Amino acid sequence: MSDTSRRELLKAIAASAMIGPIGLEAAQHVHGIAAQEKSAAGYKPKAFTAHEYKTLRVLADLIIPADERGPGAAEAGAPEFVDLLSSQNPRLLAIYTGGIAWLDHSSQRLNSKDFADASPQQQTALLDLIAYRKNESPMLGPGIEFFGWARRMVVDAYFTSPAGTKALGYMGNTAVAKFEVPQEAIDYALKRSPV
Amino acid sequence: MFQIAPRDQVYDVVVIGSGAGGGTVTKVLTDLGVNVALMDAGPMIDPQRDFKEHMWPYQVPHRGIGEGGAGYFGPSHWAFGYFATTSGGWELPGEPYTVATGSKFQWFRSRAIGGRTNHFGRISLRFADYDFAPYSRDGLGTDWPITYDDVAPYYDRAETFIGVTGSKEGIRSAPDGIFQPCPAPRVHELLVQRAAKKLNIPCIPSRLAVITKPTNGRPPCHYCAQCGRGCVTASNYSSSQVQIFPAMKTGRVKVFTNAMVRELVVDSSGKVTAVSYIDKATRAEKQIRCRTVVLACGACESARLLLNSKSGNFPNGLANGSGHVGRNMTDSVGYPLSAHIPALDDLPRHNSDGMGGMHVYIPWWLWDAKNKEFPRGYHIEVSGGFRMPEIGSFNGECRQHEGYGKDLKDSIYKHYGATVSFAGRGEQIPNDNTYLDIDPDVVDQWGIPVPRFHFQWTDNELKQARHMHETFQSLLEAMGGTVTKPKPNFMAGEGISTGGEIIHELGTIRMGNNPSSSVLNKYCQAHEVKNLFVADAAPFVSNPDKNPTLTIIALAWRTAEYMAEEIRKGNV
Repeated sequence: MSDTSRRELLKAIAASAMIGPIGLEAAQHVHGIAAQEKSAAGYKPKAFTAHEYKTLRVLADLIIPADERGPGAAEAGAPEFVDLLSSQNPRLLAIYTGGIAWLDHSSQRLNSKDFADASPQQQTALLDLIAYRKNESPMLGPGIEFFGWARRMVVDAYFTSPAGTKALGYMGNTAVAKFEVPQEAIDYALKRSPV
Repeated sequence: MFQIAPRDQVYDVVVIGSGAGGGTVTKVLTDLGVNVALMDAGPMIDPQRDFKEHMWPYQVPHRGIGEGGAGYFGPSHWAFGYFATTSGGWELPGEPYTVATGSKFQWFRSRAIGGRTNHFGRISLRFADYDFAPYSRDGLGTDWPITYDDVAPYYDRAETFIGVTGSKEGIRSAPDGIFQPCPAPRVHELLVQRAAKKLNIPCIPSRLAVITKPTNGRPPCHYCAQCGRGCVTASNYSSSQVQIFPAMKTGRVKVFTNAMVRELVVDSSGKVTAVSYIDKATRAEKQIRCRTVVLACGACESARLLLNSKSGNFPNGLANGSGHVGRNMTDSVGYPLSAHIPALDDLPRHNSDGMGGMHVYIPWWLWDAKNKEFPRGYHIEVSGGFRMPEIGSFNGECRQHEGYGKDLKDSIYKHYGATVSFAGRGEQIPNDNTYLDIDPDVVDQWGIPVPRFHFQWTDNELKQARHMHETFQSLLEAMGGTVTKPKPNFMAGEGISTGGEIIHELGTIRMGNNPSSSVLNKYCQAHEVKNLFVADAAPFVSNPDKNPTLTIIALAWRTAEYMAEEIRKGNV
């Protein structure tokens, strides 16, 4: 690409958007600051009670925990996403308020504690029942249905957040002058491939 | 309210519709010094304002699923998702259509300057020489009144002007053209090429309307994979950015936006004298006077307009003495299949965005095979790679893996970018049960009678879709994948796309040498109305296994040059 066309390209892209291609590092930095400010001020849920929101945060981190690739779903903003959409849609809100109440009720019966206050072992013991369709039964049905919603939306929220996108290793959404495929990736796949 | 523009304003040419056909006619005519009025039923677009290129999902509070998580509860409000470019959809408020009992069809409309070229897949394939003589080859359908050699110079012009990637391959089903370099295959595409080779199927660099070299002031592709969102640098072809905006700078185009055409007005000699339309902003009915008119509304909309333009001389609709307006309609046969490819698990991360589409594709390879189980053929489109994570990207993983926690997170990481998908696009042969007419009982919000669609696949297409499944399964298994989707019962109508879903509907105002079995002559000029031309895919006589856009551009270019010459000679 000639210098002129490269300049034109970059100029056009810079002018293009209200939001240009922000690098993930920069985006995460901004996002991190916003998250710190939020937690300092205490995020105020729009749709949920303080108890429901606390439960949602616990649930989010159980679904996508922190690891060496990135933070958990609570820090990455999944509960805010669910809260915002639930505040705009009574049908969605009912799924979550009903689901959280079901979790608390089940946890009370098993452990005499609300879900968020139960021990990690007690929490995962309950999730192990409702995280699989094979456990479908009249008693667990509502929990399985709710957990399907929670898992799907927490995963959506996490992997579309800056931290989640980074944890996944997505490296695109950027302008490059030449498209290249690293030899290392080619060798890796060819070595493993039957063709 | 009814208004007629002052008598002194008469346009040499009124072009109705601003997609690939209308954009090309506008570009060619204005280059030749002709003044054009260009009409579209939608608004002007502004790429800087309208395109969402380079946005991350988290830059929108609902991240693309829609307010209140709307997309979790039903079909997305946006046909191709929130981040896709200005386009349209299969359902437009206030603009209904009907489908006859026993038929299934969905009608895509794009109301915006640029039409569907704002979103299309940029796939730009020449028809093969034999595609112009289908009847002569297998006794089905009808031959075109033109040959490959008639169109080839216009394919050259189209490719040179819009820019198309590709490579010289010498494959008869996929004629070579004037190509720009295609970027390197992605990792999964290398595996597809190897699997294809094993099965003795060609898999060649893609032919996409994406420029990889500076072209006519347009900078080359910056490989962000977001063609579908609209390209702010106009490094892919859209008629809006590549043809219409430059044509507007010549001062020879007057653009009428939000102008919904009701009918073409003819005089007693049977020539079109004006275009009657509804100005959507005021709901007033207005007219534009013209010497010549070009229909480029999209095949079904153009046919609807002719059928709705009834007069004493044309009781069955304008230029419809043959009764063929609305008939001979086809769409492409579509069928997708994907599988997880274990060789790609935990693939070392890198930027695999590239062009907004595949870097390799499989052209039809059995064009000279004898004793095939179905006539005609299909090509295969390939997708995979590390795509920008979006809402829904991991639904499949969640459903399959279930569970939660570190284990789920690791599984998503491991399988990210390890799915390969194929989609077939094949030829439907026109049949008597597939056409549109006007619904006698229904009008749209502007009072314009709406089309009623009749659509049937035949065994030819059902067998073809079945063949696609078998081929895709062989390719995926050769790559080490396991197809988990049960094989549909194709002959019972399962699996195959719905008519109109692939958005390649065409043939509704076909060309031909015989005025009793065709509407247009070989220059896409109406047999019965000399100052009426058609420049979208309605004139196509058949729907080969090549996406229609490049051929729309080539034929529109040829028609525009012919028109300009006829105008100069005073013949129209």
